[in-house]
Amino acid sequence: MNMATKAAIETPTPLGAGNSRTSKASERIKMRARQVKVHYGDTEALHGIDLDIHENEVVAFIGPSGCGKSTFLRCLNRMNDTIPGCRVEGRVQLDESDIYDPSLDVVLLRAQVGIVFQKPNPFPKSIYENIAYGPRLHGLARRRSELDDIVEGSLRRAGLWEEVKDRLDQPGTGLSGGQQQRLCIARTIAVSPEVILMDEPCSALDPIATAKVEQLIDELSDSYTIVMVTHNMQQAARVADRTAFFHMGDLVEVDTTDQIFTNPSDQRTHDYITGRFG
Amino acid sequence: MTPTSASVDHSRRRDLIEASLKRRHARERRFRRLGLGAVILGMGLVAILFASILMRGVPAFWQATFTLDVHFDPEVIRVEAKPERGPGESEADFRERHLAWQGQVGMVNWQQLLDRALMAELGEVEARQARDLRALIASGERFALRDRFIEDPDLLGQTRSLKLLASANVDVWLKGNIDRSLPDHQQQLSAQTRAWADALHDRGVITNAFSTALFLNPDSRSSLASAGLAGAFMGSLFMMLVVILLAVPLGVASAIYLEEFAPRNRLTDLIEININNLAAVPSIVFGLLGAAIFIGYLGLPLSAPLVGGLVLTLMTLPTIIIATRAALRSIPGSIRQAALGIGASRVQTVFHHVLPLALPGILTGSILGVAQALGETAPLLLIGMNAFVANVPGTPLEQSTALPVQIYLWQGNELRNFFEARTSAAIIVLLGLMLSLNALAIWLRKRFETRW
Repeated sequence: MNMATKAAIETPTPLGAGNSRTSKASERIKMRARQVKVHYGDTEALHGIDLDIHENEVVAFIGPSGCGKSTFLRCLNRMNDTIPGCRVEGRVQLDESDIYDPSLDVVLLRAQVGIVFQKPNPFPKSIYENIAYGPRLHGLARRRSELDDIVEGSLRRAGLWEEVKDRLDQPGTGLSGGQQQRLCIARTIAVSPEVILMDEPCSALDPIATAKVEQLIDELSDSYTIVMVTHNMQQAARVADRTAFFHMGDLVEVDTTDQIFTNPSDQRTHDYITGRFG
Repeated sequence: MTPTSASVDHSRRRDLIEASLKRRHARERRFRRLGLGAVILGMGLVAILFASILMRGVPAFWQATFTLDVHFDPEVIRVEAKPERGPGESEADFRERHLAWQGQVGMVNWQQLLDRALMAELGEVEARQARDLRALIASGERFALRDRFIEDPDLLGQTRSLKLLASANVDVWLKGNIDRSLPDHQQQLSAQTRAWADALHDRGVITNAFSTALFLNPDSRSSLASAGLAGAFMGSLFMMLVVILLAVPLGVASAIYLEEFAPRNRLTDLIEININNLAAVPSIVFGLLGAAIFIGYLGLPLSAPLVGGLVLTLMTLPTIIIATRAALRSIPGSIRQAALGIGASRVQTVFHHVLPLALPGILTGSILGVAQALGETAPLLLIGMNAFVANVPGTPLEQSTALPVQIYLWQGNELRNFFEARTSAAIIVLLGLMLSLNALAIWLRKRFETRW
């Protein structure tokens, strides 16, 4: 059993102490959010968020339920567009270009900023088709053999290849929950995004599957920028380079994970990580 | 509190709970029995309905039929040889000659051949009994004889054993659908005809044989025994085609637009309310609308399956839209999110993922809508589809009736004791069609269902 698996099973681990990973983050800013406000109808869910996300960094968003962390995550690839009555203000940049620019094609944005959801949601199609759908959609493979390579590569990176290579034609919905979630991650990787957003990717998984996904996130941060929302503070402590604490629609503080969990500067952060609320 | 009092307290609570449990169980049992009773009552009524329709209708598929040797006597059939197309003759000229020949054939006294064939069985019949004799065979059969000859002129001079339908009254008499003890003046057949019919029946000349007339002939008033459903069936078929070609694509497309793409605002709310209201509008109102628009304003022909199909399309659209929207709504949002998250556009998301998953529901809803349209009568009465039409329509623009309208028309026929069975037979055909449509819906549902 590897380190991450052990860490996930043996609870409790002292917060912050579990973060033994070395950050691969670069100085370059990949995504930049300025004064992001989100309205659902008449209620303001986010009150102006400023945040920089560096290249190849793993950033975790933590906070009590309803604090706006998922809402903010969904601003980063405009998934909020699909919610009726949702309005986004402020500026979000990906590599210096404004993603809310009306001339920007949201399809292109979502190919660059992929997303993995809380509940595994594979298409009710074969495993192969699940992965191949995105590349085919964006015309990434010209020949069948290229597509096969993408499918295999994505499944390998998601650590699922060995488990499913003999049954690629079987429905993706027939896999176990953890396998399904890794399938969804593979599906996201298959279109070679630059940033991967993960909305509580492990909340529907058992500890072993969680550990596998966490290990995967660590490996993926070699080549991708990862932003994840989590309810599990230990998970944030284990996988994130930096952690942002959200509370009631505000970004209370963001700092290196060690700093947040050992020496938070805000009283609310301190109360939250010590379990006073949330 | 001592331990004893505590245990007394516990047992008192237990008794209370047990008593209430008994009441609850009794209530549940009562409810289950009530439900079961309702189901049994419903099934029983359906069974009675089906049994009575089958018992009345099935005998109508068998009709009193003569087996007679008909001699194609050259003395009676005095016509030229069937024209052959000569060399160098134009198509139009030949057709004219052929029509002239057909006209000649039509002038032949075919009834005389039938009379002679009957007399061969019954012996010589006096001239005053000619009416009684001609009441035996369905009057349409002499035209059947003519058509047979036009088809095959080599019959001239030959004798063939032919199956000929008995008249409706003979059928009624032999099947016992009329009280045999009624006095002469209340009988539909003369005493002589009845006696002949019985005699021929005893000798096996008249048998109760399966008849295709019901399926192959159009409606008839001159020869009731040959009245069939073919015209109404084709009319219904054309209408179904119009409904399937118009209502299903239009309804599914509107539902997809309203459910997946339309913005939620007052206008779409209004449209939604209106669609729901349209589904509840009595169907006869759609008939009025159709009469005013399609016939009055657009000038489409009266009694045409095309117009009927258009009216039924209007009536079916709301049903299909509502069913399709429900099917689309039942597809979990996570599938849409998954597709959007990979970078599919909204149209791609709908057509690649949502629609295939919703297909079973859409098909079921559509087919049930079409089946409902198939059984609709009221709006068709208002666009003239209750006219008497003695032809099988070849196109959706020709005059026609429809199956349910035919049932309505036969139900009102004066010769009750013949058409009661025929009406039930027509109902069996209509029900059969409906059941096959529903079976198709179930099969499609199973075929396209995706396991999650």
